[in-house]
Amino acid sequence: MLARGGWLTRAAPAATVLLLIGPVICGFLGTLLPAFGFLPGLGGKAVTLDHFRALFEVPGLAGSVGHSLLTGLASTLASLLITGIFIASHFGTRAFAVIRRLIAPLLAVPHAAAAFGLAFLIAPSGLLLRLVSPSLTGFERPPDFLIVHDPLGLAMIAGLIAKEIPFLFLISLAVLPQSRSEPALRLGRSLGYGRVASFVFLVWPSYYRQIRLAVLAVLAYATSVVDVALILGPQLPPTLPVRLLDWMNDPDLTRRYLASAGAILQLAVGGLAILVWFGLERVGAILVTALRARGQRCRKDGVVRSLSLAGMGLAAATVLASIVVLGIWSVAGLWPFPEAFPQTLSWSGWQRALAQMCSPLTTTLIVAIIAALISVVLTLLCLENEFRDGQGDLRHSTAGSQRESRSNKALLILYLPLIVPQISFLFGMQYVAILSGLDATFAGLTLAHLVFVLPYVFLSLSDPWRGFDRRFDTLAAGLGMSRQRALWRIRLPMLSRAILTAFAVGFAVSVGQYLPTVLIGAGRLTTITSEAVALSSGGNRRVVGVYGLVQSGLPFLAFAIAIALPVLLFRNRRGLRV
Amino acid sequence: MADRSALILEDISIRLHGRRLIALAGRVEPGTVLTVMGPSGSGKSTLLAFIGGFLDPVFSAQGRVSSGAVVLTDLPAEERRAGILFQDPLLFPHLSVADNIAIAVPGAVRSPRQRRQMAMAALERVGLAGFGKRDPETLSGGQKARVALQRVLVSEPRLLLLDEPFSKLDATLRDQVREMVFAEARTAGLPMILVTHDAADAVAAGGPVHNVGAE
Repeated sequence: MLARGGWLTRAAPAATVLLLIGPVICGFLGTLLPAFGFLPGLGGKAVTLDHFRALFEVPGLAGSVGHSLLTGLASTLASLLITGIFIASHFGTRAFAVIRRLIAPLLAVPHAAAAFGLAFLIAPSGLLLRLVSPSLTGFERPPDFLIVHDPLGLAMIAGLIAKEIPFLFLISLAVLPQSRSEPALRLGRSLGYGRVASFVFLVWPSYYRQIRLAVLAVLAYATSVVDVALILGPQLPPTLPVRLLDWMNDPDLTRRYLASAGAILQLAVGGLAILVWFGLERVGAILVTALRARGQRCRKDGVVRSLSLAGMGLAAATVLASIVVLGIWSVAGLWPFPEAFPQTLSWSGWQRALAQMCSPLTTTLIVAIIAALISVVLTLLCLENEFRDGQGDLRHSTAGSQRESRSNKALLILYLPLIVPQISFLFGMQYVAILSGLDATFAGLTLAHLVFVLPYVFLSLSDPWRGFDRRFDTLAAGLGMSRQRALWRIRLPMLSRAILTAFAVGFAVSVGQYLPTVLIGAGRLTTITSEAVALSSGGNRRVVGVYGLVQSGLPFLAFAIAIALPVLLFRNRRGLRV
Repeated sequence: MADRSALILEDISIRLHGRRLIALAGRVEPGTVLTVMGPSGSGKSTLLAFIGGFLDPVFSAQGRVSSGAVVLTDLPAEERRAGILFQDPLLFPHLSVADNIAIAVPGAVRSPRQRRQMAMAALERVGLAGFGKRDPETLSGGQKARVALQRVLVSEPRLLLLDEPFSKLDATLRDQVREMVFAEARTAGLPMILVTHDAADAVAAGGPVHNVGAE
């Protein structure tokens, strides 16, 4: 299939680009037109600025915008600093190895599940306070603190940091070998620089250049996220995206004009966040240059190193503890306040949840499997096409900078759906879906998920594919194997682990999608994630615990299969072990 | 089992950004070796890539390569039957030792049983009978080299391209493997092109030597 008639591989890049850019552009237009009053379906035929005027008169709008900007910038900055300094100070240590091993389970937990878990941990009636009550605090009943949904959005920022650190760490693991970090660090230390200083002065520039798009994606996500904001974020007023979704789902259909105008504002807010970020980059560069120019050795960096270790440990512990507390709640019977553990255990949460879970669970599985499968096949076709394009030489390709700039452009297209705020084109995608009859269908929902799944699958699979020793392909051709045969018999089996991992990544991304599910599923097609977030306002912690666990369990299972299957298939093959 | 035709190189010239890396013409008789010597980075391996059909498009190449009456440069890589041995044995890590050889048996042999028997026979020839089911990773360096050689030989190549195949072996093993490769290829009547920076290889090959990129 991959090679028969080169047309399939030749068509793949165009199809991929279309799939990534098409929905973004269509969706953006579908948002832009209603924002200016043009929505024939609702009778809007004149172009007007009224809806923007109405938008700016909405009470508390500035507060909502401010919250979005603040949570986005603060969580991104903190995640990047903790990840970067942790790598700088602990590269090659045991702590580094431990985090590296934890990375798959940490990533598997969807944002919403981690947010639920965090809420159950830190709420006034949460596990943390129960552990120290009443012995230390004297509380006999939950205190009246606003910890979750706090007006500054600190809980939301914390939840975002805990989930973004593992993502940035994973991206870093992929680029560190290309930054020649190890020899540079050794060189820096032999010149008398501290660990962190060596990293910042010698490795950071090339490291940051390579993870920059991922950082911007994190920033865009954190600025426009809905599910985490619903669960942890401020409520008076909520962040901008939360209000937009409210207006969009309002029974009064004319509110959609307002929602669309707001989505355009969200795009501007996202742009502003990126501009501020560029400013922060400048400031950081000036600071680092000034330090370097003075020859500062910064050898006493113990405090910074400990802080980064604490941050990293806290992030990992938060995500893992979230799962534990979700698990306890899912089987909790009677659990009055200050008890640290339920007095009775009961399956009633599971019974209630499982009874209503069947249909969303099926939808989740079908959409996630198909979206991940299509993404993996398209990615493989694109990569194979790239390979045939630049038929490798016997050793390392000496291909010049023009190929590099081409692949940079490709990377930008890949990141586009991740950097443009979801909400600003998903509103429009919903219109397009309704017009084409794709709303609340499996095809429509899968397509919407695909836009976000495909980039992650591509990012996950392209490095192992391109890093594959091309001499094996050469050798196979020399043995008389056709490209197709070499692909099926040599390359794909040898890369089976990477391919399955990419599939698991895509599956996990799809399971975690909230906004596309709510908008394209239109409430009639629901997934575990959209149901879980919907249930959270009802406040039954036992049922939410079950949903959170299932939500995390699915991606975890996918990653476990991706790791176990090659081990089983190639049990006696040491050369394939990692 | 092989065609036993000479390898004919006509006015080959390989350039990178206008700079000429290699210019070569000649004829390699069956069972003889043409050695191409040069320091690393001189582009000597691009000659093998050109003959095998895997040249990176950043290089521009001219000239014609034929094996007897067959013009190889008109064929896609997998139809040239240009067997190749690298520095590393590069046994396929997901296949058993026997399957590593069986996968190279030409497609004309359809029966899996027959392909397997041919692989077993090849292993027996080099004293590795009974190793068929093993994981290639469990073999010693010398054993891997023998399997790699048998793998390329059962594919019935028209010629053999040797890309510094001995440079990673330790001194005692190097002589043995070199002897074995040359002897087996001679028996099979294969013309060989050896790319190396080791003068001892050139001496052992005993054929003409073409120097590349020497200053």
